[in-house]
Amino acid sequence: MSERVRVKAMMPPGHVRTPAYLRGKEGVIERALGHFRNPEQLAYGLPAEEKPLYRVRFTMAEVWGEQAECPTDTLDAEIYAHWLERL
Amino acid sequence: MPHDHLSPSGHPYRKDNDHPLTYWQTMEIAVRELLIEKGVLTPAEVTAQIEAMDARSPANGAAVVARAWVDPDFKARLLEDASAASREMGFDIGPLHLIAVENTKEIHNLIVCTLCSCYPRNLLGLPPDWYKTRAYRSRAVREPRKILEEFGVTLSDKTKIRVHDSTADMRYIVLPARPEGTDNMDEAELAALVTRDSMIGTGLPKQP
Repeated sequence: MSERVRVKAMMPPGHVRTPAYLRGKEGVIERALGHFRNPEQLAYGLPAEEKPLYRVRFTMAEVWGEQAECPTDTLDAEIYAHWLERL
Repeated sequence: MPHDHLSPSGHPYRKDNDHPLTYWQTMEIAVRELLIEKGVLTPAEVTAQIEAMDARSPANGAAVVARAWVDPDFKARLLEDASAASREMGFDIGPLHLIAVENTKEIHNLIVCTLCSCYPRNLLGLPPDWYKTRAYRSRAVREPRKILEEFGVTLSDKTKIRVHDSTADMRYIVLPARPEGTDNMDEAELAALVTRDSMIGTGLPKQP
């Protein structure tokens, strides 16, 4: 399962679990982690629906461009499905 | 008068922590007392939880790593589901969702949480102070090789670095590679080689 995805470049306020430095970046799904209650709602005591969570693997070249310390090193982060668009 | 000079022992003076409570400390006490007054928790349960957390230490993780080094089937189960494998060894890790990532000759793993300081406390105990600093959190994702050098970890140029940013519901433990020359060591001796930092990826196991 090497599905390519892009992290949405949105910047909503509040308790967000998607780091700003990964927004707009493209990677591949490393594995699906199952469903978890949405922390962006849980943080405010709101009814939180279950959302699929994925581990997405990015290359350092994709994340940091020319500034990458070693372009072929990689970074994995957990991103919720509603933050991802399939490519 | 500010104590910016050295004490007679030669160490810098350290401020006593007898300042007034912060807003959040007051809030914690208020919530805890309310939960007790309303009968949701008892003081004994609160104390028991604190003791349970204090009893957790990197030794628990080290035992898991040593078992994985001596038992290939356990290692396979650990890489498949690290929470279940830790529970199988008798560690009460609560609702922790744990992923184990394996260091090999080709891959070195490094753990960070850039958003806050997510850490597998239920298995490894409290994180080191540096793990929570902005410096570590911001630099680990941007210049992991430089960070590793500063921690004294030298890797071959051929080793790829895989950084894990623990951003949501999973926590991570690095399964370091078993040091060479340990063939005759038993599980307990091996566990003594596994350092806390080697399970974060900023260190390597001790050499026998």
